[in-house]
Amino acid sequence: MSTRMRELIRTVRACKTAADERAVIAKECAAIRTALKDEDNPHRHRNVAKLLYINMLGYSTHFGQMECIKLIASQKFAEKRVGYLGLMTLLDETQEVLMLVTNSLQSDLMHSNQYVAGLALCTLGNIASTDIARDLASTVEKLLGSSDAYLRKKAALCAIRIFRKVPELLESFVDRVNSLLTDRNHGVLLTGTTLLIEMCKVSKRARKKFKRSVGTLVRMLKTLTSSGYSPEHDVGGVTDPFLQVKVLRALEILGRDDADASDEMSDILAQVATNTEVTRNAGNAILYQCVRTIMNIDSEGGLRLLAVNILGRFLMNRDNNIRYVALHTLAQIAHDDIQAVQRHRSTIVDCLKDPDISIRRRALELVYLLVNQNNVKPLVRELVNYLSVADSLFKPDLCTRVCGVVERNAPSREWYIDTMAELFDIAGHHMSPDIVSRFIRIVGRDRTLHAYAVHRIYGVLNKGTSRALVEAGVWVIGEYADLLHADLPEGAQGTFGRAISAEDIVAAVKRVLRIPGLPSSSAEMAVTALAKIAVRLPAVKDNVCKIVAHHRSSVDLELQQRAVEYAEILSKRKIADMVLERMPDAEGTASTAITPAATATAGDAASASGADPAAAPQPEEPEVQRAGNLLDDLLSLGMDTPAQPVTATVPSAGGSSMLDDLLGGPIAAAPMPVASSGAGGSDALLDLLGGGDAPAPAPAPAAEPALAYGQQPQQTSQSPSLPLLDDQSGFKIDLMLGKDAGNPAVSEITAIFSNSGATAISAINFQVAVPKYIQLQLLPPSATALAPSSTATQLVRLNNTMHGQKQVLIRYRVSYSRDGQPVTHQGQSPPFPEGF
Amino acid sequence: MIRFVLMVNKQGQTRLAQYYEELDKVERGAMEADIVRKCLARGESQCSFLEYRKYKVIYRRYASLFFIVGVEGEENELAILEFIHNLVETLDRFFENVC
Repeated sequence: MSTRMRELIRTVRACKTAADERAVIAKECAAIRTALKDEDNPHRHRNVAKLLYINMLGYSTHFGQMECIKLIASQKFAEKRVGYLGLMTLLDETQEVLMLVTNSLQSDLMHSNQYVAGLALCTLGNIASTDIARDLASTVEKLLGSSDAYLRKKAALCAIRIFRKVPELLESFVDRVNSLLTDRNHGVLLTGTTLLIEMCKVSKRARKKFKRSVGTLVRMLKTLTSSGYSPEHDVGGVTDPFLQVKVLRALEILGRDDADASDEMSDILAQVATNTEVTRNAGNAILYQCVRTIMNIDSEGGLRLLAVNILGRFLMNRDNNIRYVALHTLAQIAHDDIQAVQRHRSTIVDCLKDPDISIRRRALELVYLLVNQNNVKPLVRELVNYLSVADSLFKPDLCTRVCGVVERNAPSREWYIDTMAELFDIAGHHMSPDIVSRFIRIVGRDRTLHAYAVHRIYGVLNKGTSRALVEAGVWVIGEYADLLHADLPEGAQGTFGRAISAEDIVAAVKRVLRIPGLPSSSAEMAVTALAKIAVRLPAVKDNVCKIVAHHRSSVDLELQQRAVEYAEILSKRKIADMVLERMPDAEGTASTAITPAATATAGDAASASGADPAAAPQPEEPEVQRAGNLLDDLLSLGMDTPAQPVTATVPSAGGSSMLDDLLGGPIAAAPMPVASSGAGGSDALLDLLGGGDAPAPAPAPAAEPALAYGQQPQQTSQSPSLPLLDDQSGFKIDLMLGKDAGNPAVSEITAIFSNSGATAISAINFQVAVPKYIQLQLLPPSATALAPSSTATQLVRLNNTMHGQKQVLIRYRVSYSRDGQPVTHQGQSPPFPEGF
Repeated sequence: MIRFVLMVNKQGQTRLAQYYEELDKVERGAMEADIVRKCLARGESQCSFLEYRKYKVIYRRYASLFFIVGVEGEENELAILEFIHNLVETLDRFFENVC
């Protein structure tokens, strides 16, 4: 005697522990198994039902599969029903046993009893495999035209699965859809519309065909909204909201990118938007769908405005669900029409503080989209507050995004430093390393910022121990210790920093080194910083040497090596000064939101460094002025580039050439600019080779996106050349003018030196000066010695900040040596052609 | 696209689970437990929508039973709430005293 299903459920529920439950289930499974072996069991369907229940609880029940198939073949409806249900639940389309039921399915589809046919259709719709779908498609199609509405609606849904599995069959169903759409039965209308929607999602041709149906759909919607109360279809005071939502969805798909269709539907959309009852959820659901439809089709301004107003009303609603959907939709709208969303900024910011986490998340998404130059200060304040209370799962991501926002929209440099300092303090533990390196790069690039930055960071460093804070702090302090030692003069914002004594500075770094669990990269950076401090503030040199010496016996190999080397370097005064002097401005782009000009700068800086080996040792070691000052480009503050003669430098000429040799050939990609700006943590190679560059601690994430470095294709439009100089002794300079296609303010000028004389010339030095409104970047020449009848080139890049208002012009000075005689020329360039 | 429908009681026991996509048993159990935990942690006044992995979870509490629907892709959340209510009313009509 088998137990009834209810008994089983009661027994299972009565179990107190999981072990109890397992015992009960095991016993029952055993009983079922024995019962199933019995061919002629009247309770077969009950057993399978129990198996289904057991399966749902999470236990495996493979032995039931064949049973299901046997049940399906039976003639009794009760058994068929359980059989099909079991089939749908226990099997999926990948099982081969499914093939066995194809015949049963076929006969049941044509069964006279509509419920049996309905069962078969349902099963087909859920688990049909490609083969079964192909075999039974024609039968399903016939049923689409059946006289029974019950079958029509089920057949429509089954058809969806069929054409998903066998796309070729889609065509055969397309024509049937229209008759479904004019049916009287709402069930058929609903499934017919669903079929239409799914077809349009999959096939563009179907979508074109169904444009004709827009009229039918519009009429359907009209009847629904204007007909009176219909008890059969009323839900919450609205007539069949499910159908209305579906039809609106269909209209959205058909109206997208199609002006005519959108026109056809605009009337009814406006009507629905204004007349729907909003007191109950059903009405709100329809309104929400209506708004979504309006925003996604080619609707005219008035309609869009209506939609945005509805969303505004939703935002004020007290029901959290409605606020959630409003925020969600606004985020989608923000991509197209941000002005409309800005109006609701204060409400959105309030949502950031809502106790409901789903709403907070949506509001956060919106806030990112809304931040711009004008509202960045208050919005970032809100974001930082949110950061302090955010879930720790989200913090790293949140942190990165906030940093991105801050970088892109900083209204002033000091504000940027302040905000970053605060972020280090609050969320330093969650920052990814490249935030730190970006920060360092931005600070390093801007000379006037150094003093302010170092005072600020020093203030924050003593508060925290997070890796990001420590690394950034230690680097900045090490690099600009001398500025920290001096008072910060009254700055633009009335800032004033007290001079920190040298001992305090050293103590701060020493404290960092003592932090328990300090990652080794931070310790390495700290030691490097100490070495730099020793050079910048000679007063504490002995103190520093003692600390550094302490690490000579460190367990960490890298740290030990650094300590030993720094000790050596520091003992030799002259080398120490040279090696540990101020770092040249960092190159490279910081984020993806960079103008093409700046990225081109990075790419070229890479090629410039790569071209170093070709440069013969020069008598002078001048400095490249990194004119592509990133932060300035972004902030459009137009830094005053002093009109000073600019000369090209070859920093670490020795080091980089050896690196090149070792790595084989000029490197255009990431390692090079990183190397010349001071290779990161583990670049002991450069240290060993004793490059002229400070072995700086800037953590150089090798995973720096390649898009930042590497050659950017220089799209320059060719222009005729401009002769600059011809000194009648065979030395000529011509200028090939070009413009960066992405940014007309940037000009790429190639200076071509040619020697047509009889003797060789050497030590060519070409200097360029520009007026204040132009930023200049001069790259090292391809060669500084010219044999007779040969040429060399040098690339000059100008960024005209007053492009369109003032012309580009340059003054130059060139000197070289021929036959031992030094020759110098200087002058002004001839006027550039129009448009430069 | 509705991916799953669950009925779970306040103690976290699954009363009904219907999945419309392939998920293996262990995953299902873990997922159900997770979702229920999140639903239980939410208060009365908070909204009925959750984001869980790639699904959006829409739930409603009727007496001691949670009705949970997981959707994927573009779905009208408010309409799903109506759907849940419709489901409950239908069950109630058939079996009486559902909740």
